[in-house]
Amino acid sequence: MMPHAGEFIFPNDLNGVAWTVMIVLYPYITGLVAGAFVVAALYHVFGRKELAPVARFALAASFSFCAFATLPLLLHLHQPQRAFFIMFMPNFTSAMAGFGFIYSFYLTLLAVEILLVFRTDIVAMANEKGVRSLLYKLLSLGVLRETAKSKEIDAKWVHALSVLGIPAACVLHGYVGFIFGGIKANPWWSTALMPVIFLASAIVSGIAMLIVLYIVFSKIRRVKVDDECLRSMMKTLWLFLILAVVLESLELLNMAYEAGEEWHILSRLVTEKLRFSFVYVQLIIGSAIPFVLLLIGWMKKTGPRTRVTLGMISGLLVLVQVLSMRFNVVIGGQMLSKSFRGFVEYIPEWQGREGILVAIGVFTMPFVLLAAVSQILPVWKIDAHDHQA
Amino acid sequence: MSCSGNKGAKDTCCETQNQPTGLLDASESRREFLWDAVKNFTFGALTLTVIPMFIEKADAEEVHTGKDGKETKGHTVIFGYLVDTTKCIGCGGCMLACKKENDVPDGQFRTWVERYVYYADGSVRVDANLKGKFAFSELPPINPKEVLKSFFVPKLCNHCTDTPCIQVCPVGASYKTKEGVVLVDYEQCIGCAYCVQACPFGTRFINTKTQTADKCTWCYHRIQHGEKPACVDVCPTGTRTFGDINDPESEISKALAENRIDVLKSYLGTRPKTRYIGLTAEVV
Repeated sequence: MMPHAGEFIFPNDLNGVAWTVMIVLYPYITGLVAGAFVVAALYHVFGRKELAPVARFALAASFSFCAFATLPLLLHLHQPQRAFFIMFMPNFTSAMAGFGFIYSFYLTLLAVEILLVFRTDIVAMANEKGVRSLLYKLLSLGVLRETAKSKEIDAKWVHALSVLGIPAACVLHGYVGFIFGGIKANPWWSTALMPVIFLASAIVSGIAMLIVLYIVFSKIRRVKVDDECLRSMMKTLWLFLILAVVLESLELLNMAYEAGEEWHILSRLVTEKLRFSFVYVQLIIGSAIPFVLLLIGWMKKTGPRTRVTLGMISGLLVLVQVLSMRFNVVIGGQMLSKSFRGFVEYIPEWQGREGILVAIGVFTMPFVLLAAVSQILPVWKIDAHDHQA
Repeated sequence: MSCSGNKGAKDTCCETQNQPTGLLDASESRREFLWDAVKNFTFGALTLTVIPMFIEKADAEEVHTGKDGKETKGHTVIFGYLVDTTKCIGCGGCMLACKKENDVPDGQFRTWVERYVYYADGSVRVDANLKGKFAFSELPPINPKEVLKSFFVPKLCNHCTDTPCIQVCPVGASYKTKEGVVLVDYEQCIGCAYCVQACPFGTRFINTKTQTADKCTWCYHRIQHGEKPACVDVCPTGTRTFGDINDPESEISKALAENRIDVLKSYLGTRPKTRYIGLTAEVV
């Protein structure tokens, strides 16, 4: 892996990048957590009642992704047995040190909110006979009685947790952006826009994932996709996609316009090294095309079946966009040798602890958990009061 | 309020003061107890968390200002390192000595030597000696008249005063000694490589043998006993000078005083303690 003639990279860069595909996957999964939660919050907090069909599922999806958000990090650590040092002896000047606490808080919040949202169903099933009820007895935390008063209190808590969950989701993902944005040594990362960009793209990915999963699960369950719900999600996705892409473009535009001393190498990074993943995948295939498809998709005139097709295609494309954005930030940033005179080669490996095969395995796990959760809890049930409405 | 006012006031005041505590009703004493508990808990939490943070900060400040270095011969020691690029001949002996002294794995480097070649057409070619024994890459056949100038720049950890690597280490495994030397605690490092990303100089790496972050230590095991780092000892031309920058009589202090000194990437504000003579704008 010698650099091209005339180029020079620092000798320790000859071994390749230090953060590989696992660190691409980590912000991707965390983003899905935050994004899916936003959909649930739009329903619970902002009164978007048309989202009722996916409100419970969104919470379950958020939890399922959250449960595996740390796995890529664990696989990446060179001393994984010391992983908990990050919580036992945190160095608070490090952005990374907050991770354990923010993550634990968010996972707990999600778990509690899910138990409360599904409480009525859990209690009902816990009171049934049979082995299956044991699981629900466990989930009911031993309280097998519900009263009108207790339901009222639970509803208040669900609302409160949803409200609290919004800033928590912002902190969770804004923090992930700060991990990169706070590195002054790397001009591709070092921008105050980074946390905001990560947050916007997280919301985008979460909504896109919910659209895709909603359509897929509806096909599996052989039920009709709720047109109003899908339309609302597509409209929201369209809005956040614009926000995310504008922020991403502004960041680049600013760098290009200011054209500081590192621009000569950054411009080559964008146009040569990341030409495929940034220009073609992130900007054209993943942003421009879904922008048009979503716009057609959320228009009232569009028929429900066309909407489903457009939703599915644009959802998948947006998911690819966000994955490529994570790649372009994490790997792209490391391709830039700090000599600013050449590029570090990135050769993805298939096997090994940090290989692509393991990454695929890791990314499959949240879906397995989500399938299991949807078997255990009535994730597609619509809350009674909204059903009547 | 004083008890020496008019009679009415005095009575009220003294009554309150003289009230025996035993007369407080149960709810009041419980409230008092709870209030005390809250106060004590808050105080305890502050003592355990916030105050040590300030103490740590104070320690760090002392290192910055050199108030509390290692006491030697009645003054405090702060180590510094000076590279005179005008003396370097690019032999790479420093790099080989470092590898041997510190058991640095193949393909990884705590120090190396770069070569800068300036051409008449304005281009600059940079490469590095990674094998020792003057082993730079072959230059394309050129007319010597086309080369304007050429020089070597040894690189190593800058042992910054305001270190980005220590700042980002999530578990505090990267730290600074009293003498200002930046080290890694290999027993505590979790191998996340955040410090590798944060170092602007490419001097950190994940050691393939130990699977922890690794970097130049200025041969801390040697300098503690008054020896010099291996690279300094082995340099045949005196390019590298190491010593106590807090001692005005030391060789390094005199050299720092007499020469025009520069540091790498000064715009990042890390205040390196590895300093250079004879840098150009092209050296990063």
